[in-house]
Amino acid sequence: MKIHEYQAKEILREYGVPTPRGFPAFSVMDAVENAQRLGGDTWVVKAQIHAGGRGKAGGVKVARSGGELEKFAGEMLGKPLVTPQTGDEGRIVKRLLIEEGAQIAAEYYAGLVVDRGSQRVVLIASREGGTEIEEVARDAPEKIHKVAIDPGKGLLRQDAGDVARKIGIPESAVDAAGEFFMALYRAFVEKDAMLLEVNPMILDRSGRLLALDAKINFDDNALYRHPEILALRDLDEEDPAEIEASRFGLSYISLDGNIGCLVNGAGLAMATMDIVKLYGASPANFLDVGGGASVEKVTEAFKLMLANPKVEVILVNIFGGIMKCDVIAQGIVGAARQVALNVPLVVRLEGTHVELGKKILAESGLPIISANTMMDAAKKAVDAAKGH
Amino acid sequence: MSILVDRNTKVMTQGMTGKTGMFHTLQCKNYANGASCFVAGVTPGKGGQNFEGIPVFDTVQEAKHSTGATVSVIYVPPPFAAAAILEAVEAELDLVICITEGIPVHDMINVRYRMEGKKTLLIGPNCPGIITPDEIKIGIMPGHIHKKGRIGVVSRSGTLTYEAVGQLMEVGLGQSSCVGIGGDPVNGLKHVDVMKRFNEDPETDAVIMVGEIGGNDEEICAKWIRDNMQKPVVGFVAGLTAPPGKRMGHAGAIISGGEGGAEEKLGVMEECGIRVTRNPSEIGRLLKSVL
Repeated sequence: MKIHEYQAKEILREYGVPTPRGFPAFSVMDAVENAQRLGGDTWVVKAQIHAGGRGKAGGVKVARSGGELEKFAGEMLGKPLVTPQTGDEGRIVKRLLIEEGAQIAAEYYAGLVVDRGSQRVVLIASREGGTEIEEVARDAPEKIHKVAIDPGKGLLRQDAGDVARKIGIPESAVDAAGEFFMALYRAFVEKDAMLLEVNPMILDRSGRLLALDAKINFDDNALYRHPEILALRDLDEEDPAEIEASRFGLSYISLDGNIGCLVNGAGLAMATMDIVKLYGASPANFLDVGGGASVEKVTEAFKLMLANPKVEVILVNIFGGIMKCDVIAQGIVGAARQVALNVPLVVRLEGTHVELGKKILAESGLPIISANTMMDAAKKAVDAAKGH
Repeated sequence: MSILVDRNTKVMTQGMTGKTGMFHTLQCKNYANGASCFVAGVTPGKGGQNFEGIPVFDTVQEAKHSTGATVSVIYVPPPFAAAAILEAVEAELDLVICITEGIPVHDMINVRYRMEGKKTLLIGPNCPGIITPDEIKIGIMPGHIHKKGRIGVVSRSGTLTYEAVGQLMEVGLGQSSCVGIGGDPVNGLKHVDVMKRFNEDPETDAVIMVGEIGGNDEEICAKWIRDNMQKPVVGFVAGLTAPPGKRMGHAGAIISGGEGGAEEKLGVMEECGIRVTRNPSEIGRLLKSVL
């Protein structure tokens, strides 16, 4: 799960990570009030969307007067912000963060990730603040310093200080940087984060370290023990189809193609998308109905796919294991009747009780195109899309 | 022979008295030699009961001492599954197979840390389990689609493994063992760990390796194969069409930070001499062609 920058900063402050003072704003009036609360004469107006690359896209602006603040807030709120991470349609800005301006002396990068290689949490830091870490890794890997953290001991002061020195933090700020990294690690573990980035972490002209930006992604599997994190979820930032799918225990991701895919199992679902592409069309979605595909679940899956105007054909690919093909077939027939199917339906069943499943489909009277293998199914789906 | 488990393996089920545990324990007990393999269940507070003639114990330690079971399979719900794995590790079992999906990743980091220096091997979590056809099935895969043979299968995905097995059967090939290592980012045995065992198994002639997007386990395994493997390996990696930054069902199936793409994985596998296909319908035929 993702959260907004202002929410991430609130969490980091709880752990003692210094950040600029700031407040969220949902309207221009809020923005003006926040600026008054902050005082001073320079404020930063930051669009809050769940996507990076905001600065270059015009989503971060420095206001040097009340008039400018009002103007920038008005220009951002309610408008789409297009960044390299949002896609062409962009994301509508509904929240802003109004922050006091900071006097930047130096910029750094600090991040924590779950590292699959070491099976541990790894602290990553670099002197190239404000740049995407992937770019630094590609262009100047020698500037990146990492330490894998012993889960039994946590991030040690010594290691944290060493990393701070390696990225060129002045000796006078090394202790503070160590504390900074240790606080990030505590927040990361206690809040069950998967990714945490402070980019940039800055040293201001008075010698203070600050988290100028903050991003935290959480482990969905751990949200059951973090109601306080779940409360930060912003449904406006998520795909409505994916939200609807999650209500029914379906794993669904919207894609750009024309073939709706309904599959059991994540790996087989990806493989089905791949074979659709191989035969010249594109998948409209990833959809894993899971192991316990009831009539209700299959019906909801069909509704989701049919709500997408780009879908020209539905391809069902089921390898029945414990889930029997006759049960799936009944689900498909029931669902197809309920949803007024208006596109060709190609079904490939394999596995437990496959003959019975095929018989149910054949006897249903529905115009189902039956396929025997994944290849056969993909070819038939692509052909049906061409004729559509 | 086979790898990791065979007809003589003694297994306990942790979480046997739950709905999932009961269902799958019965399926496994009824498969091949299962009736003599599945000897114990563990559910805290339910010691002394029995399910289908299988005695239930309060702890893994008691189950091990009373029945001689050295392997456990776990169906415990996600909030308690990490503790269940650790109980099995503390009891010094040989192998733990965790089927449970949805364990928090920080719990698994802790599990892996506490497994360091211990003898117990872990398969999973979030996996279908392991089967040595016509001998023993430990997990949730459908037994009847398999038959005994000489091809090893290792995969991060459940139903895609069944698909590969189904294709092997179409070309008339049985399997020595099939291992689902699971779709989580922090887990037990990796592709390479299973591959080493297939390499050493005199009854395995060739191996199918099924990967998916995320991480670099396939690359690590490919390089090991290039330097050490004495048997043909064919590969497929799911997710060529998966967009970066999106988690495709499995917790570990995500392309992030420019790492974990299917094309990159396939490229490395090919460079290491592994025959790969980009068509998931061709896995079985490709394997047959390298024998």
